[in-house]
Amino acid sequence: MADTAHAHHDAAAINRAKLGMWLFLGSEVMFFSGFIAAYIVLRNATPEGDKNPFNIPNRHLSVPLATVNTLALILSSFTMAMAVAASQRGDKQNTSKFLMFTIGLGCLFLGIKFFEYGTKFAHHTYPSTNIFYGCYFVLTGFHGLHVLLGILALFILLVGNERGVLVELHEGGGTRSSHATATECTGLYWHLVDVVWIFLFPMLYLL
Amino acid sequence: MSETSSHTKLYTIIFISLIVLTALTVWVSTVHLGGFGNLCIGLAIAITKASLVALFFMHLKYDGKFDHYFYVAALFPIVLFFILVGAPLTDLAWMTMP
Repeated sequence: MADTAHAHHDAAAINRAKLGMWLFLGSEVMFFSGFIAAYIVLRNATPEGDKNPFNIPNRHLSVPLATVNTLALILSSFTMAMAVAASQRGDKQNTSKFLMFTIGLGCLFLGIKFFEYGTKFAHHTYPSTNIFYGCYFVLTGFHGLHVLLGILALFILLVGNERGVLVELHEGGGTRSSHATATECTGLYWHLVDVVWIFLFPMLYLL
Repeated sequence: MSETSSHTKLYTIIFISLIVLTALTVWVSTVHLGGFGNLCIGLAIAITKASLVALFFMHLKYDGKFDHYFYVAALFPIVLFFILVGAPLTDLAWMTMP
């Protein structure tokens, strides 16, 4: 539909945006790597014994709840990928549908997290209680913050889509719209949040 | 339009694989293979899941641009970082725990 030169121009713009987002994701990986490395060092530095706060029985964490959280994030990655695919073919309705599912699943994740934190605080367990909880709250806290910001970005995309930003530009004859690019880049961010949790879940709850 | 339905099918397959791997990692954690064994398997499963998300959901497999090889190569300094951080730790008692 669009001539080759126009398509190439679009492709270059999309690649710039994705490059920028990937570089940002790289910085996010470094961000979490620092905390994870600290966890490794602190865990190995803590002397062995029954009182070791890193022992699994001493952690008092709910594996079933965290498994539900993991499944929710994985499903949200699936719905996010579907949303990106829908936005790229100009399908306004399905884009909104899948964005809403992703937002809903993200909120479910945060809801369960708040519940987990709530039960911890009710048992007078705070980040300052011991070194494991210090690590646990910092790692899941920063991850939860990333989820929250992702939900905000998804909401902005949803509003933009509903207002016809996507449809207008697509009907204007462009092969890709900037909204589709924004959706794709937000998708990359959301998948990274999922990947971080894929590592945090076994690290904090299982191993 | 067939491109769309193949996207859905592919994403569904990857999604189901991720669910299966999640169930596997939870189950394996209940099987006591010793600290080090559980760590290796847990890490292997986590890396597999992350790779599935990165390759298919994040489209790394299809983008094929030269840039993306740099992103993957950027993982090597991170691995090096973890090795350098972990190497001086000689007290690995928790790893030998039954």
